[in-house]
Amino acid sequence: MKIHIKGGRLIDPKNGVDAKKDVYITAGRIVAIGDPPNGYVANRVIDAAGLIVCPGLVDLAARLREPGFEYMATLESEMEAAIAGGVTSLACPPDTDPPLDEPGLVEMLKFRAQNLNQARVYPVGALTQGLKGERLTEMAELADAGCVAFSQADAPFADNQVFFHALKYAATFGFPVWLRAQDAALARQGVAHDGHVATRLGLQGIPICAETVALSTILILVRETGARVHVARLSSAEGADMVRQAKRQGLPITCDIAIHHAHLTEMDIGYFDSNSHLTPPLRSQRDRDALRAALADGTVDAICSDHTPVDEDVKQLPFAQAEPGATGLELLLPLTLKWAEESKARLPHALATITSEPARVLKIDAGHLTPGHAADICIFDPERYWKVEAGALRSQGKNTPFLGLELKGRVRYTLVDGQVVYEF
Amino acid sequence: MWLNPSNPQLNREGELHHLLSLEGLPAEILWQILDTAKSFVGVKVKKVPLLRGKAIFNLFFEPSTRTRTTFEIAAKRLSADVINLNISASSSTKCESLLDTVDNLSAMHADMFVVRHSESGAPHFIARHVAPEIHVINAGDGRHAHPTQGLLDMYTIRHYKKDFSGLRVAIVGDLLHSRVARSQIHALTTLGCPEIRVIAPKTLLPAHVEQLGAHVYHDMRQGLKDVDVVMMLRLQSERMQGALLPSAQEFYKYYGLTEDKLALAKPDAIVLHPGPMNRGVEIDSSVADGKQSVILPQVTFGIAIRMAVMSILAGSRGVSGRESRVKTDNHGSPVTRDS
Repeated sequence: MKIHIKGGRLIDPKNGVDAKKDVYITAGRIVAIGDPPNGYVANRVIDAAGLIVCPGLVDLAARLREPGFEYMATLESEMEAAIAGGVTSLACPPDTDPPLDEPGLVEMLKFRAQNLNQARVYPVGALTQGLKGERLTEMAELADAGCVAFSQADAPFADNQVFFHALKYAATFGFPVWLRAQDAALARQGVAHDGHVATRLGLQGIPICAETVALSTILILVRETGARVHVARLSSAEGADMVRQAKRQGLPITCDIAIHHAHLTEMDIGYFDSNSHLTPPLRSQRDRDALRAALADGTVDAICSDHTPVDEDVKQLPFAQAEPGATGLELLLPLTLKWAEESKARLPHALATITSEPARVLKIDAGHLTPGHAADICIFDPERYWKVEAGALRSQGKNTPFLGLELKGRVRYTLVDGQVVYEF
Repeated sequence: MWLNPSNPQLNREGELHHLLSLEGLPAEILWQILDTAKSFVGVKVKKVPLLRGKAIFNLFFEPSTRTRTTFEIAAKRLSADVINLNISASSSTKCESLLDTVDNLSAMHADMFVVRHSESGAPHFIARHVAPEIHVINAGDGRHAHPTQGLLDMYTIRHYKKDFSGLRVAIVGDLLHSRVARSQIHALTTLGCPEIRVIAPKTLLPAHVEQLGAHVYHDMRQGLKDVDVVMMLRLQSERMQGALLPSAQEFYKYYGLTEDKLALAKPDAIVLHPGPMNRGVEIDSSVADGKQSVILPQVTFGIAIRMAVMSILAGSRGVSGRESRVKTDNHGSPVTRDS
């Protein structure tokens, strides 16, 4: 199969390309960019005039809800959502039921995902058995089964000794460890940022020190163990500052934020809108602005969707009782474009945060368009508006604070391995 | 039903449709409730026929004797039919969802729900999902709001002090967990009280409480100096467990209202308490039963306030027909949701 993507604006942040260039694909791989190879005859020509052609998106946190939470979403529905959002590679956290703590579970997930022939799935294995924070998992075995990193999801460690040992063990093999910076005790029962909105609404707050206390422990243990740590979903200005300084000192850390946190604040809770009940909580405008600045200066490496499809039954509840999380795979691209437009970020830089940068965090060969490499491509219409509503979302989760909003940027074609897996 | 997007308790005409919180209510509505209550306080007859034929459901998801009883008395004096449901003991334990419970009760042709719930925001949630002709009154939700308590406190202050414009008011005790304090602060700021003080140790104050319009004091003696009104809050005994306080004794010593501390306030200062009181924890018996205490009149006024709220809600034009319910998406555009 030979596909010729014609007349589009090619943006490939990793290779520093932003120009009108054609892409030529043969047998799943990019064979040429710009001019066609000798004697190239395409089976299919995709007219990309007026569209942007970029690497397929790489998402660092997409919950597929399998195994265990199939009533909320299935692998099928969420993989559909991924390609509809232009996402061609995604990492899924281990917070399934049972958690991804055994090679068999990981192999099964990879096998099921491969059979769907859509986006590539990179499981993040559990760092401790059952995510209980007590005993280490067989990390090397899990890595052989396909885990790209190890994480505690949102679960705490039993104590810092377990944490310390987990980092040392992971560092032995050079496995990356992904951590959420949130002190479980300081965040206990909290459901919203500990600010004036939580005070007004009478909601239990999660103070910023829940993030900074955990982050300082992480940074000290990284220094001590040399483990390669990725801090997932920062939420506060103070947290971003700590990461900025740690990076300056040369610590081997990377971090991401969820796309919601580049846009929303505690004010978006409004009158107890449970769709704005997220983990970490939406913080103040000052924090939101600081996260945007941290994206601009590279302190924050990547933006993830933090895709969390939640069933209506557990979302349609009073705020604190409602399950946290929002659907995100299909919103990642348009919300990133919205952030770029509002912050006057250059489009290649904005696209880097959802393509080449997360690929670098994952250490995978993705997120770029280079001849000789797999043709994972997203082609989107940057000017086309669409309305976020239940019927427009392929994900089984319809829960998002952006419901009802018109967003700009619509994926038109998604290619994985040179195959058109989605078109609109 | 088309609720006002800027405040889901008001209909499009700006009339009160639900009473969920005192926050964001215009002063005219608060004055209207206080004036209406005053007309009920003077009435000698036990029953007025304003709500004849109306069915009022007391939905108490959290146990309460006092508040439920005053709502029941108020409804009966207005000639309404009252149905008391202690849901904490029935559906919740059978795992019926709140939405299902509300749908079922709506189908029983209720006119008004009086809701007490341990979760902040539960009455908002219910108001969003009930049929458009049903009114919801918040009788206390989590730490969020207790609007009728706040109103009866305002009634009491107005009764003794006539005017809010020159008052210095202190609220003392566990503000962190208090829905009463939040409603009091919103009502006082709306009615034009120039100085609200909150007095508590740092562990019992919510974050940024000053943004609600209150001045923070940690020293009770300083905070009570020259105030006209002292509003005490109840201290739950479980606060000792979460490392918020060392003991009831120490709390009493530093934040309990005693005669000598009250002497720092103006000589004609009044003392309020939402009840039930913990004598010897937040308030000394000699103060609770003293001549400056207006705690018992508060209870009497509470019935008039609840009668006023119910009659105003029942008399609002409401809405005709069942239209789709509307909720704002926080970005300004209305979102239609199926019920």
